[in-house]
Amino acid sequence: MEIKILGTGCQKCKTLEKLTREVVEQNNIDASVSKVEDIVEIMGYGVMTTPALVVNGKVEIKGRVPSSDEIKKLLTR
Amino acid sequence: MNFGIQQITMKKKSDPWLWLPILLLPVWFLIYHYLQPMTDWLIDVMLGMTKGAHLTEAMRFFLFEFPKVMLLLTLIIFLVGIIRTFFTPERTRKALEGKKTFTGNVMAAALGIVTPFCSCSAIPLFLGFVESGVPLGVTFSFLISSPMINEVAIILLYGMFGWKVAAIYVGTGLVIAILAGWIIGLLKLEKWVEPWVYQTHLGDSGQEEEKLTLTDRIRLGYEALKEIVGKVWMYVALGILVGAGAHGYVPEEFMAALMGKSAWYSIPLSVLIGIPLYSNAAGIVPIVSVLIEKGASLGTALAFMMSVIGLSLPEMIILRKVLKLPLIFTFIGIVGLGIMVVGYLFNYILL
Repeated sequence: MEIKILGTGCQKCKTLEKLTREVVEQNNIDASVSKVEDIVEIMGYGVMTTPALVVNGKVEIKGRVPSSDEIKKLLTR
Repeated sequence: MNFGIQQITMKKKSDPWLWLPILLLPVWFLIYHYLQPMTDWLIDVMLGMTKGAHLTEAMRFFLFEFPKVMLLLTLIIFLVGIIRTFFTPERTRKALEGKKTFTGNVMAAALGIVTPFCSCSAIPLFLGFVESGVPLGVTFSFLISSPMINEVAIILLYGMFGWKVAAIYVGTGLVIAILAGWIIGLLKLEKWVEPWVYQTHLGDSGQEEEKLTLTDRIRLGYEALKEIVGKVWMYVALGILVGAGAHGYVPEEFMAALMGKSAWYSIPLSVLIGIPLYSNAAGIVPIVSVLIEKGASLGTALAFMMSVIGLSLPEMIILRKVLKLPLIFTFIGIVGLGIMVVGYLFNYILL
């Protein structure tokens, strides 16, 4: 599974990255987590509000920080 | 990890969150209604402090104003949080697409108040708007009104000055956002937008609109409440504390010479000082209330406040990524001028 966190470096983006990594680690999910900070690349996903969570190329969450529970549900579906 | 656990339990008991606000509302009104007599009782009877003494009145000011403002903030931020779930940036963009000049500016400025906005999203938002064909001037109307007309400031102004001043703030803020965006549109300043902006390809997120239930919206209201009030309560407390201190100890006409009506130069000076000063609305309104109480005129104080909130240096630095310097200076110049006109209008004509 390929997970990307889109964000230009604001506080919320860091929180989302931290939460996502925690969820991946705690549930032994086989995934690579990377952060995308390049604005042109972020726009490529059609996202206007950061942070956003992209799973396998699909934008799942944008503009807010979800709870770890929500992230877990998204990643273990 | 505590954070996560708390959120999980909150979700499991999602039903109480639906009726809890309705249950709490009468309690809210009761406390709000009896706040003044309760404060007086606490100070005069419980603590038995001497009426009229500086310390007594300073404490009375703080113990009344702080809970009052926090009560207002809690209720209104919660409601605004729910209302905002209906106004996503995507919908706002769709509404503005292809809108020409003046109508577009009016709509953009109005939508700027209700669409959630954080300065860290300014760039993607700007790109998203411009890419999808929203005219530059219309985009600017949005970018001006969104931070300048701030819901926390509206609540605080209402709480500390009454609805008239709050309405003046919203009304003049809207007019500035509309006109400034309109002028920037007329000037055809697209040449001062970084060229890569127009080459960026806006991808399709492939995401259909999230379908939200009422419970979802209420939960997002709570999240907004937790986030915003959790962030601003300290500034409110600090601002009102300074207010309380000044209330008893600083002489009445202290600011009159510097920021009073007679000092014409005070308005441009206040606006200039306000640009690099960056405070959130929660901290600046109590300070403004002190300035006015100590002899500053309303127009000057409002101009100062709008400059601090609406023109912020960090936001300009962020925008520099997409705008060339001349456009940033034009932007600051036009908005600054608008704020000054508002200041003079109130000092010399209306009040």
